[in-house]
Amino acid sequence: MKLHEYQAKELLASYGIPIPEGSVASSPEEAREKAQKLGGSCVVKAQVHAGGRGKAGGIHITITPEEAEKAAKLLLGTRLVTAQTDTDGVPINHVLLEHTVDVEKELYLGIIIDGSVGGPVMIASQAGGMEIEEIAEKHPDLILRVAVDPVIGFQPFQARYLSSVMGLSAESTKAITPVLSNLYRLFIDKDCSMVEINPLVVTKEQKIIALDAKVTIEDDALFRQREMIELRDLTQEGKLEGIALEKGIAYVKLDGEVGCLVNGAGLAMATMDSVRAAGFNPANFLDVGGGADPDRVAETVSLVLEDPNVKRILVNVFGGIARCDDIAKGIAMAMPEDRKDIPLIVRFLGTNKEEGNQVLRESGLNIYPIADLNEGIEVLRKLATS
Amino acid sequence: MSILVDKNTSVIVQGITGRQGMFHTKQMLDYGTTIVGGVTPGRGGTSVMDSIPVFDSVKEAVKETGANASIIYVPASGAADSILEAAHSGISLIVCITEGVPTKDMIGVSRYIRESGVTLIGPNCPGIISPIHKCKLGIMPGEIHLPGSVGVVSRSGTLTYEAVHQLTQAGIGQSTCIGIGGDPIVGTSFVDVLGHFEADPETEAVVLIGEIGGTKEQEAAEFIRNGGYTKPLIAVIAGQSAPPGKRMGHAGAIVTGKAGLASEKVKALKEVGAFIAVTAGDIGTTTNSVLNSTNGRN
Repeated sequence: MKLHEYQAKELLASYGIPIPEGSVASSPEEAREKAQKLGGSCVVKAQVHAGGRGKAGGIHITITPEEAEKAAKLLLGTRLVTAQTDTDGVPINHVLLEHTVDVEKELYLGIIIDGSVGGPVMIASQAGGMEIEEIAEKHPDLILRVAVDPVIGFQPFQARYLSSVMGLSAESTKAITPVLSNLYRLFIDKDCSMVEINPLVVTKEQKIIALDAKVTIEDDALFRQREMIELRDLTQEGKLEGIALEKGIAYVKLDGEVGCLVNGAGLAMATMDSVRAAGFNPANFLDVGGGADPDRVAETVSLVLEDPNVKRILVNVFGGIARCDDIAKGIAMAMPEDRKDIPLIVRFLGTNKEEGNQVLRESGLNIYPIADLNEGIEVLRKLATS
Repeated sequence: MSILVDKNTSVIVQGITGRQGMFHTKQMLDYGTTIVGGVTPGRGGTSVMDSIPVFDSVKEAVKETGANASIIYVPASGAADSILEAAHSGISLIVCITEGVPTKDMIGVSRYIRESGVTLIGPNCPGIISPIHKCKLGIMPGEIHLPGSVGVVSRSGTLTYEAVHQLTQAGIGQSTCIGIGGDPIVGTSFVDVLGHFEADPETEAVVLIGEIGGTKEQEAAEFIRNGGYTKPLIAVIAGQSAPPGKRMGHAGAIVTGKAGLASEKVKALKEVGAFIAVTAGDIGTTTNSVLNSTNGRN
C-alpha cells in the first residue's frame, strides 16, 4: 500500500527526520492561505501515487500566495499523467505547499527487502534527484548498498561509511547519521516493503532535509498496521484495480482484449504469457484464488467484464482447493444478458472438472472447451479471423 | 530415491483442527503420507479422524510420536511462531503452506532456520511430494503425479501442477516435486533444491519454474556455472507479459529492477545450458525432447 508524499513526510517527521516546513491543501483558497502562512514563496506539489511529477507539470514554484492559488487551481481536480501512470493518469485531490530549500547536494536514500540477502538493504547514492533506475543505468558505480543485520539493526559505522563514500562533510555526516538509523527504524516498525527519500538534500548550512518521500507498506502486514490502513487512497488506483483492492481480488488491468480468469498467480502469469506469445494481448492479470465459492468467482468475473476492451475470455483453472464446478457456477451467475455472446474459452482440469463442464454446457453461454493452453491459442486465432 | 522426504518421513500437522488443516490431512493420508499427530494449542489430548492424536505443543508431539517433519496450516499472523516452534522442537523438515506471512517475520525466521540447520520449505508454497515414496507434505493434487526420474522445482503453485500434468501426460514420471514459495524471503532456494537433485542418483533431469521478480533464477544459474548442478535443466519463466512495478499475485512477483525481468532470467539460465520452454504450454514437449536427446530413447 502506497502513501502520499505528505503522509510519508508526516511519518518521517514523527521519526525525527527533518522535512521542509509545509502543509496540505485541497482547494485553491486553502492553498493561498497556507502559502501566506509559509511567507509567500513556496513549492506547490501535486499529491499522487506516481513518480515523474516534475516533468509532467505536477510541481510549481511560486513567489506569491496568489501564484500558489493559481497553481493549485491548475492542478486540483485534474488528472496527472506521468511516465509512470497509464494514459488516464491519476487524480489530484491534494497539493502540498512547502518552503523552498537552498540545496547544496542531492542524495538518494532508500531501503528495500532483498530476497537474496534475506533481509533489508539500505541503498544510498550521491547522484540523487534522478530516479534510481536512471542512476543504475548512468552511474552504477555511485550506488552504495549496505545490508542491515535484523538483530543488531543499522549501526553508526555504516552511516559513516556511506557518508564518506558520498563525500559528505564532517558536519553533514553528523546530521545524516540519525536520519539513516531512524529511517531504518521506521521501515521495520511500520512493516514497509520500500521507503525512498529522493532527494535527501544537504543544505548550504550542512543540514539534512527530506525533500521528497515515498513509503510503501507491505499489504500482508496491514492486519497489524491498522493506523496505516486509514491512509489508503483508493482514488489513486485505476477504477477496476480500486474495486479489486476493496474486494481483495488479485487483479491487474492491462490493455489487451483477452480477459483472463485463472487460479493461482503463477498459472495466471503463464496464461498471460501464452496469450501474448501468440500475438494477442491479455486484458488483465487475475488470480481467482484457492477457496473461491461461486459468489466470489462471480465477483471476479464481473470485474473482468467491467473492462469494455474485453472481447473474449480465457478461463484456465487447475482445480485443487479450487473446484471447477464452483468456478463454472460463478461464471454463469455473473454473465449479464447483454454479454452472453462473449466467447468463453474454457479449460478445466482437476477437482470436479466434469461437473464444471456440465454446468457451462447447460448455461447457454458461448463456450469453447479446450484441453490445454495451446488449443486455447488455436481457438483465439480462429475467433480472430472469423 | 527422492529428496528431503522418503518412506521414513513421519509427519505432524500444525493447525490440524482448522478447516484447511483437516481437509489436507485427509488428502495427505489418502495419498500415503505417514501422519502421526497434530498440534493445536489448547486442543491437546483430543484426536481427529478417529486416531490422530492432537497435542498442545510441537515438543510434546515430537516426544510422543517421534515425528521428524511438520506441515503448517496456521493463519498468517501465527505462521512465523509455528515455524520457530517446530525448529526449536527438533523437527528437521518444516513445510509452511500459509500465504501472506509478513516479510518482516520471515527475515528473523530465515536467519534462525539457517543457523539451526533445519530445512524450511515455503511459506506460501504448495509443499513437497515424492510420487516414488507416496509421501506428500502439501496441497497439490496427488493423483496427477507419476513416479519417475524428473525433479520439479517451482516458485508457483498451480503452474507446478500444470507442469506435472504435462509431464505425466507425456509419460514422464517425477522423483520429487517442490514448490519453494512465491514470497521474497523463503526457507529453501532454487540453489538448495538443485543441490539436492544433483546428489540424488534417481533424478536425471530437473524442470525449474521461475517467475519475474528477485534474483533467485540468476542465483540458480550461478550455481550451475560453478558446477553445483550438472544434469539437464528445463526452465520456464512466468511473467514475460507483466507490466513493471505491479504485484502479480505473489508478493515476490514484482519487477522492480532489470534483474527481475523474465528476459534477464531466461538469458542467465540459457547461458549455463538450460533448455528453455518458451511458454508454459511447452513444458511437457520440451522436457520430452531433452530426455530423448540425452538418453537416445524415443
